[in-house]
Amino acid sequence: MNINATLFGQSIAFFVFVWLVMKYIWPPLIAALDERKKTIADGLAAAERGKHQQVLAEQHAAEELHAAKGRAAEIIARAEKRAAEIIDEAKHAAHAEGDRVKAAANAELEQEVNRAREQLRAQVVSLAVVGAGKVLKREIDTKAHDDLLKDLVAQL
Amino acid sequence: MASETLTASGYIHHHLTNLTFGHLAGGHWAFANSAEQAKEMGFWAFNVDMLGWSLFLALFFFFLFRSVAKRATSGVPGGLQNFIEWLVEFVDSSVRGSFSGKNDLIAPLALTVFVWVFLMNFMDLLPVDWLPMTAEQFGKHALGMDPLHVFFRVVPSADPNITFGLALGVFWLMLYYSVKIKGIGGFLAELAFQPFGKFGLPFNLILEGISLISKPISLSLRLFGNMYAGETIFILIALMYSAGWLLGSFGGLLQIGWAIFHILIILLQAFIFMTLTIVYLDMAHQHH
Repeated sequence: MNINATLFGQSIAFFVFVWLVMKYIWPPLIAALDERKKTIADGLAAAERGKHQQVLAEQHAAEELHAAKGRAAEIIARAEKRAAEIIDEAKHAAHAEGDRVKAAANAELEQEVNRAREQLRAQVVSLAVVGAGKVLKREIDTKAHDDLLKDLVAQL
Repeated sequence: MASETLTASGYIHHHLTNLTFGHLAGGHWAFANSAEQAKEMGFWAFNVDMLGWSLFLALFFFFLFRSVAKRATSGVPGGLQNFIEWLVEFVDSSVRGSFSGKNDLIAPLALTVFVWVFLMNFMDLLPVDWLPMTAEQFGKHALGMDPLHVFFRVVPSADPNITFGLALGVFWLMLYYSVKIKGIGGFLAELAFQPFGKFGLPFNLILEGISLISKPISLSLRLFGNMYAGETIFILIALMYSAGWLLGSFGGLLQIGWAIFHILIILLQAFIFMTLTIVYLDMAHQHH
């Protein structure tokens, strides 16, 4: 239990080990701790960011869905309108076609009537000529009276 | 266990004598054969057992922590890394709490002091006869020595040389940082002009001088006293083992009880030593 040079030995060892710890033990351990702290902080921040982004994405999706519904409704409305238009157009076209066909038929009919009348008239003239010929026999020169007869025909 | 040739006081005395290497009266360097011979060696002698255990424990501490520090990653830590990181964080937060300046030395210093002092104190929990008797057998059979002359103490912090050596290291650091931060003039002015101004100079010098010197002394004696008392009580309890089975088993119970209580003391003393080291160095960094 004497005080002796042991205390110098211990003092020297003290400085040596403090220096060793300061150089080889403390920095890597603290670096690892700090790095882990940073990793955890980053992870938490990323999770927070992810949560935030998820909320945003959900909002965005809801907006998109809403917009899509709106567009779909618009497209349906336009399609219905277009369908109505097409039906209308078809009706008009059908009407027009019908009118045209009727008009053509009428024109043809009139033509036929005229032609028949023409034929009838010609036949009446020739019948009248034949009749008059028969009545007058010789006294009547067909050629001489042809102009007169044509006038008569025209008057018919 | 006391051998038959030893009296109780001889047993205690033997347990409290260091293995001292020094300059004998005959003129050569050798191990002292008795406490008296060790005393005659004067100052230039070394308590080889104390220094040996102290260095062994410091090396154990260094290589244990170094092995973890070398492969320390920021990933999921294993059991040992977790424990050591917990210690490092504990010391780091203690330093942050008590040390207001900025000095990269303080935290490693506090870690060294805490773990080292704890390990030295921990030697007290080993049954008092294990290592000394092993040393005696080794000395008797391997070196042909008289086992009564083989002294081997195992608790470095129960030797005032060791605790005073540590406190002296802390004291030098206190002086170094005082002078470094405040300049030699500032440091001397602090000693001379406080607390009573320049007219109370001699009184100031005595007061501040005593308070400065008392820091390393109280630091070392507190640790030494606690550990020496603890060791002595273990030795007294161990005496009972040679006094019959009844007293022996009672001694066993006492030893268990005291060891459990002593766990608190060895931790507390290591923590106090670390905290006071930080506080003293913090005071050295501050202007008053």
